[in-house]
This record gives sequence, C-alpha cells and structure tokens, in this order.
Amino acid sequence: MSEHVLVVGTGQAGFQVAASLRQKGFAGDITLVGDEAVPPYQRPPLSKAYLKEGREERLHLRNLSFYHENRISLLGGRRVTALDRQAKRITLDDGQCLDWDRLVLATGTRIAVPPIGGVNLPGVHALRSIDDARRLRDEMATMRRAVVIGGGFIGLEFAAVAREAGIEVSIIESAGRLMARAISPQMSTIVQAIHSEHGVSIFLNSLAASVEAQADGRVYGVSLSDGRFLPADGVILATGVVPNTELADAAGLRVHNGIITDRYLTTEDPRIHAVGDCAAFPDPFGPSLIRLESVQAAVDHGRCLAEVIMGRPSPYAALPWFWSDQGRYKLQIAGLAAPDDAARLTQTENGGQVVVRSRNGLVTAVETLNAPGVHMSARKLLADGPSRDIALSV
Amino acid sequence: MAKLTFVTALGKATTVDATAGETLMRIALDNGVTGIEAECSGSMNCGTCHVYVAPQFLDWCPPRSESEEDLLAIAASELRDNSRLSCQIVMRPEMDGMVVHLPESQF
Repeated sequence: MSEHVLVVGTGQAGFQVAASLRQKGFAGDITLVGDEAVPPYQRPPLSKAYLKEGREERLHLRNLSFYHENRISLLGGRRVTALDRQAKRITLDDGQCLDWDRLVLATGTRIAVPPIGGVNLPGVHALRSIDDARRLRDEMATMRRAVVIGGGFIGLEFAAVAREAGIEVSIIESAGRLMARAISPQMSTIVQAIHSEHGVSIFLNSLAASVEAQADGRVYGVSLSDGRFLPADGVILATGVVPNTELADAAGLRVHNGIITDRYLTTEDPRIHAVGDCAAFPDPFGPSLIRLESVQAAVDHGRCLAEVIMGRPSPYAALPWFWSDQGRYKLQIAGLAAPDDAARLTQTENGGQVVVRSRNGLVTAVETLNAPGVHMSARKLLADGPSRDIALSV
Repeated sequence: MAKLTFVTALGKATTVDATAGETLMRIALDNGVTGIEAECSGSMNCGTCHVYVAPQFLDWCPPRSESEEDLLAIAASELRDNSRLSCQIVMRPEMDGMVVHLPESQF
C-alpha cells in the first residue's frame, strides 16, 4: 500500500508541501483538505492588487488541472472536526473519515477579533480570506469613510488602496507607533509620515472602545476609550491573527503560540508535522521558538518538509523575509530583529530608506523602503544568519 | 489565440494558448507549466519566475527595470543576457509563437 500524506489546510503552506512532494518525485497519495471552498490561492494580494482590480483568477496558485495531473486530491469546503492519533484518522464535518500515514497541519491563522462591542455589525470587515476581500471590495465602491483598527501591515496596505480610491481613512493603533511588532522605530516614523502625507489620519496610543451602529443597524463609527468618536461607514479589523491550534491541542500535541515542532517541522508525534503560519518552530539562528506569518515561511517550510517526508531530512534553516506594498512604497525586511536591536538609518542614492538592525556587532535584519536592491543583497548576506559584514550597498 | 511555448531545462516543450494582457508568469501557472514557482505572485519580491527568452523574441519584451535586475542578480540559476522575470512580460497578440526556456532551478 502506498504512503498517504494528508495535509490539513489549503493555504500556501499546505499547497507547497503537496507541490514540493510531487516535484521531488514522491510516489504516494496526497490529499489536501480545508474549509475554504476555492482552490489554494495567494493571500498577499487580497489587501493590495485584488482590492484594486478584483481579478480573482489571478489569485490561484495553480489551475485545477495541476492538481489532477499531479494526483493531488483536493477536498475544499470541508472542516476537520476530530483528529485521532491512535487510529491515524481525521473526521470531517460531513462525517467522512480519512486515514493518514503522515499528517501535515497547515491550519493557518484566523483574525484576532478585538474584544469590543459592535464587531459583528454590517459594515465591519476582516481581511483574511477571499470571501472577506470580496465583501470588502464590494462595499468599497460606495464607502466614504473607513476606520482601520490596527496599524500593522494589513491595515496600512488597505489604507493605501482606500486612499487611492478616494476613501477617507483613519487608523487606530494601540501602540505608540505603526507596525511596532515588525520594524524599527525609525522605519515606523518614515512610514507614518508617508501615510499622513496621503491624508490618512493616524491615532497612536489609542484604543477602540466599541463600534457604533446607527438606527438601521449599520456601522456608524468607532468610539475610542478616551471618549473621541470617529465616524465611518466601513470598519476594518486589522488587529492581527491567532494560530489555529485547536485541533493539535485537542489531540494532545504541544501548543504554545502555534503548534510546536522541532527543526524538521515535526511535532512530538513523528508522523505529524506543522508548517506555515500555525507552526511554532526553532529559530534557525537563535535559541527560541518562532512563529512567522509570511509567504516565505509557508514556501520554505513546504520545501523542507517534503524532504523530511521523503527520508532526506535536513534541519529548517531559511532566512525569514517579508514584504508589504503600501501604495507605491515597497517595505521589505530581511532577517529577524529583536525589539531592542540597534537601528541605524541611511538613505540610498535614489531616495530609498535603509535601516540596518544589529546586536552585539552582528547585523540581524535589514529593513528597506523602496530599495529592493539592498533588500536582495541583505538576503544574500544574512542567508546563514546574523552577519558581521555590514558592507550593504547603501 | 496567440501561442506561447515553454521549454524545460530538460528540453520538454509545452505550447499553450496565451491570453493577451496576462503576464507570462500567469499564463504558465494557468496552464500547469511546471518550473515556474512565482512565490510572490508577481509583486517583484522573489525572483522565482525566471525565464530565458529565446533571443529572436527579446525585442518584443520591454527592457528590464532596475528592480528586475536586482532580483535576477540573486536568482538561483545562471543569469544570462536573455534572463527575464516572467511576471514582468505581458503577452501581446504580436508575440504569437514566442518561445521561453525555463532554468534548472528557481530556488
């Protein structure tokens, strides 16, 4: 009997495991099962190109014949309700059971809904799935004033598209600066100035208290905890995501801000793996577990795990990198800096901005704005971990 | 409809109907052509949709931008004069018959 690899989750990480297995000549059976009805698609454009163009066909990672030709059976629109490690079997919400020899958890994340009133009102949007993006895009056609709760990548990417569409935008951010979790204070300041220049009103150190409804039940605005009120006919929840770990947790696997794996993306059950946004894995260049929300991790996890499954394991060692396109500004990050790593700001000849992050004399990460060449050099330089070489072509 | 041919590093050719207005990257993905990864979906962040445009068709393509040069500079396979990112070339009807070669590896 041939080996069956069962992948739960049809996002980019789950897709990549299946695609890489076939690319490397895996001969067994592969099943991709997930609760989204559409075939695997790319999420990054949902807050960028898709909101502008609405071209859904451009989101698909591959066309349907790819799955057929590669003998990858795709079960969409199905939620996994139970995971039995003893029997090596999952149960789906329609009662169907599937047995596995290898189980890959690629369950991704879901929106961290802020604990405030009114988040279920019509006119309040999340931006995580194609369904979310479709609804939001439809309403943007008539939207006049949007309030974004959360000043991270997604909130700012939406703000840039919305401003281009002539929508008034306010951003409420609880921290003292934008994208505080991801970038240096210097780069936050630069990005804040750009969005302000484009007419975005930014409220830092501010907490949304509740989303208010008008008489017909539609959203009317957002109240802040200090008593201020921001009128809006559209509200976007961009307060981050939480990993979907419930299935793993219920099956007794170790979970802590993600499904915990070793360097081979394997849980304490040698036949169960976790990849992508839901995985908490050892930092290849540091002592702790990390969880990344990025295309890079999804793709590199997928490739690494395919080798593990095929019996040629090498430890996961890829450099993290990220991007966020905000209007005509391209923010890119190579590497992973700790919050208190030093930051040195410089400019490139053609107006790009570069922040080099370092710790103990080693470069840990490089943040760039409209300096893609420096970003690519940094990825090369940091590929084997924090580097002493700061000869970045600035 | 215009025809576009992808040739793998091992010499296997696949000819597909190419929709005008779409990028060569999208056309490859939509036709199940293997050998193009396109990790970043054409947003100029990865360099994994590298192709070699057959020299006689190079004039049909717009010149490489600075960003494209940057990405190609760290592409996994050899950089050649006819190296292009397939996300940066939009198919036009007059490009009918164009041939592009795929590199050995994209990552």
